[in-house]
Amino acid sequence: MSDNATRREQILGRIRTSLNVDADAMDRLETVADRLEDHTRNTVPERAVGTVAQNVKQFCERMEAVNGTVEQVKTPSEIPGAIANYLRLHNLPQKIRRGSDPALEKLPWGKARTLEVGVGIARKTDEVSVSRAFAAVAESGTLVMTSGSDNPTSLNFLPENHIVVVESGRIAGSYEDAWDVVRAVYGDGEMPRTVNLISGPSRTGDIEQKIELGAHGPRRLHVIVLNRPNSAK
Amino acid sequence: MQPTSKSFKRNAAGALSDEQLQRALLNVPRGFVKKRADAAAALPEFEQLRDQGREIKNHTLEHLDLYLEAFEEKVVEAGGYVHWATTAQEACDLVVRLCLDREAQTVTKGKSMISEEIGLNAGLEKMNIEPVETDLGEYIIQLRGETPSHLIAPAVHVTKEQIEADFRRFHTELPEERNLHEPASLVHEARQILRQKYIDADVGITGANFLIAETGTSVIVTNEGNGDLTQILPKTHIVLASIEKVVPTLEDASTLVRLLARSATGQDISNYTTFSTGPKRRGDPDGPQEYHVVLLDNGRSSMLGTEFQEMLRCIRCGACLNHCPVYQAVGGHAYGWVYSGPMGSVLTPNLIGVNEAGHLPNASTFCGRCEEVCPMRIPLPKMMRHWREREFEKHLTPFAVRRGLGVWAWFALRPKFYQRLTSWAARLLKWRAGRAGRMESLPLASGWVKYRDFPAPQGKTFQQMWKERDNV
Repeated sequence: MSDNATRREQILGRIRTSLNVDADAMDRLETVADRLEDHTRNTVPERAVGTVAQNVKQFCERMEAVNGTVEQVKTPSEIPGAIANYLRLHNLPQKIRRGSDPALEKLPWGKARTLEVGVGIARKTDEVSVSRAFAAVAESGTLVMTSGSDNPTSLNFLPENHIVVVESGRIAGSYEDAWDVVRAVYGDGEMPRTVNLISGPSRTGDIEQKIELGAHGPRRLHVIVLNRPNSAK
Repeated sequence: MQPTSKSFKRNAAGALSDEQLQRALLNVPRGFVKKRADAAAALPEFEQLRDQGREIKNHTLEHLDLYLEAFEEKVVEAGGYVHWATTAQEACDLVVRLCLDREAQTVTKGKSMISEEIGLNAGLEKMNIEPVETDLGEYIIQLRGETPSHLIAPAVHVTKEQIEADFRRFHTELPEERNLHEPASLVHEARQILRQKYIDADVGITGANFLIAETGTSVIVTNEGNGDLTQILPKTHIVLASIEKVVPTLEDASTLVRLLARSATGQDISNYTTFSTGPKRRGDPDGPQEYHVVLLDNGRSSMLGTEFQEMLRCIRCGACLNHCPVYQAVGGHAYGWVYSGPMGSVLTPNLIGVNEAGHLPNASTFCGRCEEVCPMRIPLPKMMRHWREREFEKHLTPFAVRRGLGVWAWFALRPKFYQRLTSWAARLLKWRAGRAGRMESLPLASGWVKYRDFPAPQGKTFQQMWKERDNV
């Protein structure tokens, strides 16, 4: 087998021959460089354009439409209790795993005395994980999760129950709006190792097209929206 | 995979008389078609997005060399590797080599049509590496020793009862008396079995729905989350992608994401749309230590600049399969290779040659539904016609057909004579059919009347009726 560089040249050469173009045609190089740099938006659906309050409302409705559950809280200090209640409601052990996200670190976990809080990546035996979303998208009820020690990616997939906290101000209208936030944090053209767009719990239709939840990823997805009274203006 | 496209007619006949298959195939028009229609109707901008999807891909294909270079540069910058493969065999050898070098024993796999195209599972097994398909549908057909019969629902040809029997046959460590009647219990069992496989795997292999040049990112969409467990738990993540998967920016990928799930399953977006860029970063507590992308050409670069270039816009949603009366009747396996339905009928002859796959573009009624629903507006019927022309030029069409067309052309070039002859034939056929208005046998058309009656003409030709209409 020839080496990688040779095969690369072969393929690129064939493409150029078929397209009948030169490798160094300035106008083509400029067209491509501009397109990558400008990252111009295509049509963004009208439903993806709204105020924060509209985005929150639409996000909640669409998340519920794809079998996620949503609750809203007004202050961060309510979150540990809300989690403990959720676990009780579903007969789950009072035990969670989360990452080291500062916003999660700061929560008054002591308020939920029954709750045992582990920190780190998902273990095989973990039944419930808690993450904080980087952002969310209203148009399809989608959570935007970014990898890192703050919110390890394995927490999104391995446990059967996933609880996600998202601030209302982070709920964007469209995917494009969310990418702008990613660019603002990570830089133009840069991405974290993994960005997961998550819309509802895991499902499959592979057996006679009948939808079943909890195929490989979480069977339940619960979203806690932190909606401070004065933030949704 | 050894193509059997040459025996399409025999494959199709077998499929039509396979009762289990016919029962399973009923699910195709029942589910997919309505879901897609509802999803498209719910988004007022859907048609506009289709136009833009077409433009995004057209633009990318015209600059494909440059976008691939840009993509590669960003992957390398993020600490990943890009491998180029001109043929299916090269790609297979490359991936097997990567696995061997990492002393892999078990490899988990997300759903990938490129993996089918390069025959990867057979390649791995030959070197005693165990490939484990993790998409539920793929897992089922791997147990059955079959290939996918649909782009996004690989086990659509299998009934629930067959799956239950397969699980009982293979999962012998589980109690025999367990209840597996409901799909839920089957899903649960597969989940339990595959969980350990994810954790044990040394390498995870996924496909890619898109590659993004702006950021060096590969994108996969799944509903199960299997692709994610496949790529975050093992030490090495290998992405298999063909060269036309690249798009310029995150914005362009977003537009295509809006089109993909709506066209495929009628969802606004698949449950999990995952963007992966390079291996895990410093400080990342999970994720793969190595990230490789294999870029496969396998004949695609030769499609550029030809009447088949537009086929490279395909995003593998499966809508053309779901809406095709031929696919609905015979399923995917009859097509005899990896890709089926209208998109397979166009793509397969490009990839394995019209000599092998010439039957496929003929397996169409030209009803045009595939083009109507294609999110990328690929003119599939027109392209199938191109293949028929090429087949004819290459003298691959059967002698009787060529001779028949020759005779017809001779008459068609002599319009007066042609009209007289057809008006005579129309009257003769009407007389022969008698009161029934149809015929059970007809000389020179025994193949046609074997399965249905031939409706008799009304006694006048179209041109005669047109003239009468003018005279009124």
